[in-house]
Amino acid sequence: MEKFTTLQSTAIPLNIENVDTDQIIPARFLKATDRQGFGNNVFRDWRYHKDGSVNSDFVLNNPKYSGSILVAGDNFGCGSSREHAAWAITDFGFKVVVSSFFADIFKGNALNNGLLPIQVTDVCLKALLAQIEKHPETVIEVNLENQTILAKDINLLAHFEIDPYKKTCMINGYDDIDYLVNNIKLIEAFEAQKTY
Amino acid sequence: MSKTLFDKVWDSHVVNSIENGPQILYIDKHLIHEVTSPQAFNELEDRKIPILRPNQIVATADHNTPTQNQEKPVEDELSRKQLAQLSENCKKNNITLYELGHKYNGIVHVMAPELGVTQPGLTMVCGDSHTSTHGAFGAIAFGIGTSQVAQVFASQCLLLTKPKSLRVTVNGKLKNGVLPKDVILYIIAKLGTNSGTGYFCEYAGNVFEEMSMEGRMTVCNMSIEMGARGGMIAPDQTTFDYVEGREFAPKGEAFKNKVAYWKTLPTDKDAKFDKEYHFDAQDIEPMITYGTNPGMGIKISEYIPEVSDASFEKSLKYMDFKKGESLINKPINFVFIGSCTNSRIEDFRVAANYIKGKQKANNVTAWLVPGSKQVEAQIIEEGLKTVFEDAGFELRQPGCSACLAMNDDKIPQGEYCVSTSNRNFEGRQGQGSRTILASPLVAAATAIEGKIIDITKQLN
Repeated sequence: MEKFTTLQSTAIPLNIENVDTDQIIPARFLKATDRQGFGNNVFRDWRYHKDGSVNSDFVLNNPKYSGSILVAGDNFGCGSSREHAAWAITDFGFKVVVSSFFADIFKGNALNNGLLPIQVTDVCLKALLAQIEKHPETVIEVNLENQTILAKDINLLAHFEIDPYKKTCMINGYDDIDYLVNNIKLIEAFEAQKTY
Repeated sequence: MSKTLFDKVWDSHVVNSIENGPQILYIDKHLIHEVTSPQAFNELEDRKIPILRPNQIVATADHNTPTQNQEKPVEDELSRKQLAQLSENCKKNNITLYELGHKYNGIVHVMAPELGVTQPGLTMVCGDSHTSTHGAFGAIAFGIGTSQVAQVFASQCLLLTKPKSLRVTVNGKLKNGVLPKDVILYIIAKLGTNSGTGYFCEYAGNVFEEMSMEGRMTVCNMSIEMGARGGMIAPDQTTFDYVEGREFAPKGEAFKNKVAYWKTLPTDKDAKFDKEYHFDAQDIEPMITYGTNPGMGIKISEYIPEVSDASFEKSLKYMDFKKGESLINKPINFVFIGSCTNSRIEDFRVAANYIKGKQKANNVTAWLVPGSKQVEAQIIEEGLKTVFEDAGFELRQPGCSACLAMNDDKIPQGEYCVSTSNRNFEGRQGQGSRTILASPLVAAATAIEGKIIDITKQLN
């Protein structure tokens, strides 16, 4: 997993609530057996019309917006457990997703792939979306060590929560497998004396 | 200290706790399928880590399988490769696989309970969000991502923070024609799609106590649609009777001992939940959805609510419905009875009972897809297949099918499908398709009439 400490970037506003994993990566693209290339099909049915032509109304196709931060509406990532959603978003180039609420499984999958989910208040999200939509050049600064997100242009500084263990993993690029495999003896001892 | 069902199962599976961090939770059973496992096998191979407990893993092929001509080679090249990779991975690692065509093959959340793999008091995971289904037995069961599939492969454990607890109690007598699917669609419509996020949900009350295991599975299956990682129902005699005698169930004295333990699992009387909701069974009616998430549901005789909100309006625009409109008499050309929510024998009995002696409307394409080979065999044995075929329905072979449309079972652009599945997301059943979630009874009635009807009028 790639290390994550700080990030300064412009952001793309996806002002839609309840973005589900079927929108992030439709099921018909889940036939691959490796992790690469899913970015080509991220938000596929919003980015392209059925005939394959580009939907220029969709924000990811708007040349005004770019950057490695996605700012999205409430309850982002609901639906299926497919980690392909997190792979697709990172493969497209995002490193951070900001929302006022994340679905559990998506949040876990994101953290396991070095994609930082930042949960902010509803007021903060609305302010960010409004600012970015109007001023696409707005730079947002994320500091994982301090757990802060800053948009200087509008004097917005917000603190975000992250599990301390997960924070250490992201800063150092460790994943859960490293931790668990180092604890196999403990796990075997549990198996030997489990009571149920 | 008083404990909930969830606490009892969780606490007995904690291997260790990290200070200011998650806990190491032991996983008893790991179910895998072809779509979310290949990258996990690759990960372990790349890191030269062996699979710790292959005998605690059960594999099936379900998501990406055809529902016709299963005896012939799979036509789609990518699907064929994905299925071949599952077979190869299982063979290499000594994992039991019920592949396409095997008499135990089926949707993972249908076949595992049928085989007695699912039992009370266990922890179970699968790279599929509808793993919550198995909570119907009083197990802690939840969906995981592929990185977590790899973690369980490597250590038979996961690092998790204990979720908060939620209880939904429904007491009273259900009205005629109100099925378990209506109960869960009603709960989600009342509470919303993210009300359960961060929680594990217990369903309590006489409504769930009186349900069959099939019905309980339908309810727990959709827990994730209100955001809850899992749902649970206390194990009781109905549970024990279902498990007894199944392939992987404990036998003889061992079974008796297990039952004695399982009886200790229900929530203690004065245990506290972080959140509680109560509903009256009498208020529930056959349900139907009108939008693009499972929380956008109404009683079938109600009107689409008048909500002024951009996401709500976007959703209605996609569905081509209007605020304040009724869905009664909407012409429907596609009906799907299947998926891990409603593809068990009980669901097909309900449908057959309604369909018997009637004819499918000419405008309707109806797919009936059993959840497993065992369900398929039982449909034939009970004579339901003849009922379906006489009425003009097509019984297909088992699999996830049009629930997520990974295979060829796709609903065409712009068409409505009344579906017994679990998600009405945009394009879920095929690009541009429009899904209306309902019970097997409402789906069967729609197929006969060729339009949505107020089923309550026929029932009362």
